[in-house]
Amino acid sequence: MMYPYVLLIPLIPLAVFLLLGLFNQKIKPEVSGYIGVGGLLISTILAAITAFEYFITTGKVDGAYEPYVFKTVWMHFSETLHIDMGYLLDPISVMMLIVVSVVSLMVHIYSRGYMKGDQGYTKFFAFLSLFSFSMYGLVLATNLFQIYIFWELVGVSSYLLIGYYYTKESAVAAAKKAFIVTRFADLGFLIGILIIGYYTGTYDFEMLTDPEGSAILSWATTSFMGLSVLTWGLILIFIGGAGKSAMFPLHIWLPDAMEGPTPVSALIHAATMVVAGIYLVARLFPMYYFVEDGFALQVVAYVGAFSALFAALIAITQNDIKRVLAYSTMSQLGYMMLGLGVSGYEGAEGLGYMASMFHLFTHAMFKALLFLCAGSVIHAVHSNYLKDMGSLRKYMPVTHITFLVAALAISGIPPFSGFFSKDEILVAAFEQNKLIYVVGVVVAALTAFYMFRIYFGIFWGKTPGYEKTPHESPTSMTVPLIILALLSAGAGFIPFSEYVTADRMGFEAHLNYPLALIASAVGIIGIAAAWIFYKKENPLPDRMANSLGKLYIWTYHKFYIDEIYLFVTKKILFKRISGPFAKFDKKYVDGTMVGIGNSTVSTSEKIKGIQSGKVQDYALAFIAGAVILGILFIYLWK
Amino acid sequence: MIPGVSIYELLTVTSLLFFIGVYGFVTRKNLISILISVELILNAAVINFVVINKYLYPDMLQGAVFGIFIIAVAAAETALAVAIIINLYRQISSVEVEEIETMKH
Repeated sequence: MMYPYVLLIPLIPLAVFLLLGLFNQKIKPEVSGYIGVGGLLISTILAAITAFEYFITTGKVDGAYEPYVFKTVWMHFSETLHIDMGYLLDPISVMMLIVVSVVSLMVHIYSRGYMKGDQGYTKFFAFLSLFSFSMYGLVLATNLFQIYIFWELVGVSSYLLIGYYYTKESAVAAAKKAFIVTRFADLGFLIGILIIGYYTGTYDFEMLTDPEGSAILSWATTSFMGLSVLTWGLILIFIGGAGKSAMFPLHIWLPDAMEGPTPVSALIHAATMVVAGIYLVARLFPMYYFVEDGFALQVVAYVGAFSALFAALIAITQNDIKRVLAYSTMSQLGYMMLGLGVSGYEGAEGLGYMASMFHLFTHAMFKALLFLCAGSVIHAVHSNYLKDMGSLRKYMPVTHITFLVAALAISGIPPFSGFFSKDEILVAAFEQNKLIYVVGVVVAALTAFYMFRIYFGIFWGKTPGYEKTPHESPTSMTVPLIILALLSAGAGFIPFSEYVTADRMGFEAHLNYPLALIASAVGIIGIAAAWIFYKKENPLPDRMANSLGKLYIWTYHKFYIDEIYLFVTKKILFKRISGPFAKFDKKYVDGTMVGIGNSTVSTSEKIKGIQSGKVQDYALAFIAGAVILGILFIYLWK
Repeated sequence: MIPGVSIYELLTVTSLLFFIGVYGFVTRKNLISILISVELILNAAVINFVVINKYLYPDMLQGAVFGIFIIAVAAAETALAVAIIINLYRQISSVEVEEIETMKH
């Protein structure tokens, strides 16, 4: 074993979860906060050591970063079919280790301040640790089944944390919605795993993603409805990924998931769990690229592009700041999917892949920061709605500056980190598919607009009559903000293309100046538009909304997707399909069983008069029976 | 084997014993008498075992051994039955079988 301590990275949060979960009542809240932060701090240090050893000490062997695998057989079915457990280190998993560790650690520290005085303080840290454990396991998975197991575990932790305020009805509904929608998508994932496992004979990532391996080369041998069976498997796996990453039309759970505590939204629903879908596609990227000349990858690209545009439009009209951020997350996830979708494999052709991973990294930092800032604002004004905020820059200077940094980063303004990653995605799209490129540019403008809409709405504009003067959050909350702001500002200068590429070889990425100019220009246009509309209170936004008419109403109601889902499930599925089934079940299946039971009871009612309770009557009947049997035996048994 | 007595006579005696027992079991009202009748039935069976063993398979012992076995079981069963009857008497101050019908339906 070259990296023995990697096992500890997921196991420490698991131990913390068990400790805090089992001794929930006995541990004082302050102590449990320290235990949670301490455990994660050790994991973060180990993750940093791993990254250093992997990228720097070991470095490239023959020009590429070699994956390192440690695994043991976990469930043994036969010689060829077994499920392994272990860890896989390659550039993307090491990068994800860093992302998960940093964001999770920041959120842990932040939560110590944010959740102070909450009833379930210890429980909250236990759930956070459970989530960290599951996410590390997902990132380090060596095969499809291991990733599926941890995939469900992060789903469970997400469910638990969304429903954390379980006395609130809307939180419970949101938790159930998130669980059911992602579970529904995971059905596709499971079928995809089984199809791929059946036709390639392996679940192992190394064997599946080897471009010269039998798994990829054999794609043309089987076909189903005009496409290779493997393409179907990959599309089904992508459905699982789309469910977790909130791609259209499985995105409906993400905005509702904002019912959870804000640190949870920052950790799970912005930075880590929702990128699991992107990670999954990136993990199987050689399959997506080589099988059937990338048909499944085309699907990924278009779904990603559509989701990015769709979510950005909705984000403009929402008034709950967390919902704006949720739709923004969905839009940026679409961006990452789009980046993967337009990528090639070898060398500099893999720009989209590298850019997508880069954007995943930078987005994790600035979106976690945006959520934590939003949490800080909500902490101060006790409301999620824009109408209750304004002019907060005077009261909350640290939150103001860090939010501004994050907003500039997400808008793609140089030299903040989002500029570099977003620009590279756009360059990759420009080379592959002009339509997707145009969508990307439009989304970039919209992103800048809605981000600065809430920025101006929160920190400038009117001063609503605050009941109590808002004040800056405590140090435990502002320190993570500052650290994440530094990362958001500086992460763009990491030479990502040296480290994380599709073929693990590394190449040199250059800025494409004309395209970078366009990208930052549309960002600035978006910001300028938001400046005009929202810097000071004025009637422009309302007039604009009125002139857009129907379009505005549609976007305000999120294009009625939730209503469509309700219509399909309640009016069609429940009423037309489940209803008759339930009736049939009650009437005929249950009815038969109940009928048998009832007839037994009524028969026994009728014959119980025979039982007189007199022993000698019974004895007489018994003797008479014995005599009759005796006669039968003697005279008839011939 | 008893000289001058054939198996038929002995089996007739055990049959009589058996049916006396059955008659007593059905007609008697006192629990103790019923218990005695049961003993008669059992003893008829034991004698049957021994007689058939002795007359038909003189070299073997199974019948006699089984007879001893039944005696032992009958002793245990009697002890149990008497214990039940004593407890019943304590509860309802009677050993008449007519009065013990509280458990019906």
